Amino acid sequence: MSEVHSEKDVLILAIESSCDETAAAVVKNGRDMLSNVISSQIKLHTLYGGVVPEIASRKHIEKINQVIEEALYEAGVTLDDIDAIGVTYGPGLVGALLVGVSAAKAIAFAKNKPLVGVHHIEGHVSANFIEHKDLKPPFLCLIVSGGHTHLVMMKDYGEFEIIGRTRDDAAGEAFDKVARAIGLGYPGGPKIDKAAREGNPHAMEFPRAHVADSPYDFSFSGLKSAVLNYINHANMLGEEISVPDIAASFQNAVVDVLVEHSMLAAKEYGVDKIVMAGGVASNSALRAGMQKACEENNLEFYFPSPILCTDNAAMIGAAAYFEYIKGTRHGFDLNAVPNLKLGER
Amino acid sequence: MKILAIESASLVASVAIAQDDKLIAEYSVNHKKTHSQTLLPMIDEIVRMTDTDLNTLDAIAISGGPGSFTGLRIGSATAKGLALALKIPVVHVPTIDAMAYVMYGFDGLICPMLDAKRAQVYSGLYHFKDEFEIVKPQCAIDLKEFIDEINEIGEPVVFLGDGVDAGYHIIEENIKVPYKLAPAHVNRQRAAAVAVLGQKYFAEGKIVSAENEAPEYLRVSQAEREMAEKRRSMDL
Repeated sequence: MSEVHSEKDVLILAIESSCDETAAAVVKNGRDMLSNVISSQIKLHTLYGGVVPEIASRKHIEKINQVIEEALYEAGVTLDDIDAIGVTYGPGLVGALLVGVSAAKAIAFAKNKPLVGVHHIEGHVSANFIEHKDLKPPFLCLIVSGGHTHLVMMKDYGEFEIIGRTRDDAAGEAFDKVARAIGLGYPGGPKIDKAAREGNPHAMEFPRAHVADSPYDFSFSGLKSAVLNYINHANMLGEEISVPDIAASFQNAVVDVLVEHSMLAAKEYGVDKIVMAGGVASNSALRAGMQKACEENNLEFYFPSPILCTDNAAMIGAAAYFEYIKGTRHGFDLNAVPNLKLGER
Repeated sequence: MKILAIESASLVASVAIAQDDKLIAEYSVNHKKTHSQTLLPMIDEIVRMTDTDLNTLDAIAISGGPGSFTGLRIGSATAKGLALALKIPVVHVPTIDAMAYVMYGFDGLICPMLDAKRAQVYSGLYHFKDEFEIVKPQCAIDLKEFIDEINEIGEPVVFLGDGVDAGYHIIEENIKVPYKLAPAHVNRQRAAAVAVLGQKYFAEGKIVSAENEAPEYLRVSQAEREMAEKRRSMDL
């Protein structure tokens, strides 16, 4: 399918509440972000060392209307101008997803607008359509976040094939766990990124895990255990650990595997573009490593700015647009699907 | 005055439309299925069946809790979304109050109960003397302790709600006053009662903006409870 340019602009109001950000946005034609409002709960969850689902759900209910109203106001539109409502319906925390899904359905019903359910990961990928106006499929996409590590072949708008995934921890999850172990706290990604700048990435050689017979799959639990063992061992011997060196060496091991698998897949699938998405796509070492590898392999490299890497609704609006154009519609019985698979309806 | 009422605090999903002193439609389902899939289609159904123009609604009444946290949020988010889109206020009706209102006119104490797990119920005590009177506001309470309180008051009582089924052996063993169990047509949450109480509150100006509406859980989350316990034990 080629990109459809209809005569009239298509405005999507998008809602995202799959984890700990309550977000709403208005997106025009899948490419222009008219507003992108995010209410983050991160400070609240920091107290607990990670996202507490019940607390997240309670906060979503408190914030959802305000965030939607702000998104409409900032975009300078009213619900009457909106062509369709897009909403994340999975994967994510079920109680959190339900807030966005229920509100989106009610608004679609009350204003008689089409409802388009969006896969959260399709949203992350689609953040790149906003950032890079001329980016078109096909391309290979590496999605790395606190909940996901996927290598996806995007053949066309809304058409995905997952070619690699993590077998255990998501990359971002490994960052969080290691950050906790070395006393950096939550959220681990940005904190490790910062600490690693002062460290030596080759101070320790942590393992680069490969999954037998699945060259594109990932495994980070072994790496995480290796780091934890290293720390325990040093503690037992009474040796002081270097937080920057551990951060840099751990991060280097993660980046190596992510870049290596992406290059392998790009070659095998014959693509000339690599796209990154998800919260960990903001990691400076990953960006630098992927950039270098892409240059060496003559690949174009795309990634979104940090605000579009984190969970946001603009990316859901972009994905909803391409689904809307394809004819995807959901009924008022749309449910939240916490373990929704990519490409599943 | 036209109001759409939503009740999804527990296993019952119920929606109703009332105009002045007339109940135009009520649709209740007490069956295992997620409210997320049933609630809005039920609203759609009664709205279409009664040719209701949504723009003629004055408010959305919501059974505001306590109850199942997820059930309450599905109802709340639905009410908030409708009210946002229709630019009308929300009337927050306490769930246990609305349950008591189902037993309108009963001569004696009315005691609705929702199963709150952990040997507790969400309950309260109500009277119809001259008018609807809240004797004990809704709360989360240990069932045995609560029955002792009812014995102390010493009046005949009618029980209703799914908390009765869950805690019946405790009630039976401890109750010392005459009691009745409400029959099936009035022993569960009903959106009609939420609608009628909602109209009453609306007339009294007890409304909230769609933005500020949120469920009344009567309980903190498990994580907050554990954190508080940990802090307490560290203080000792």
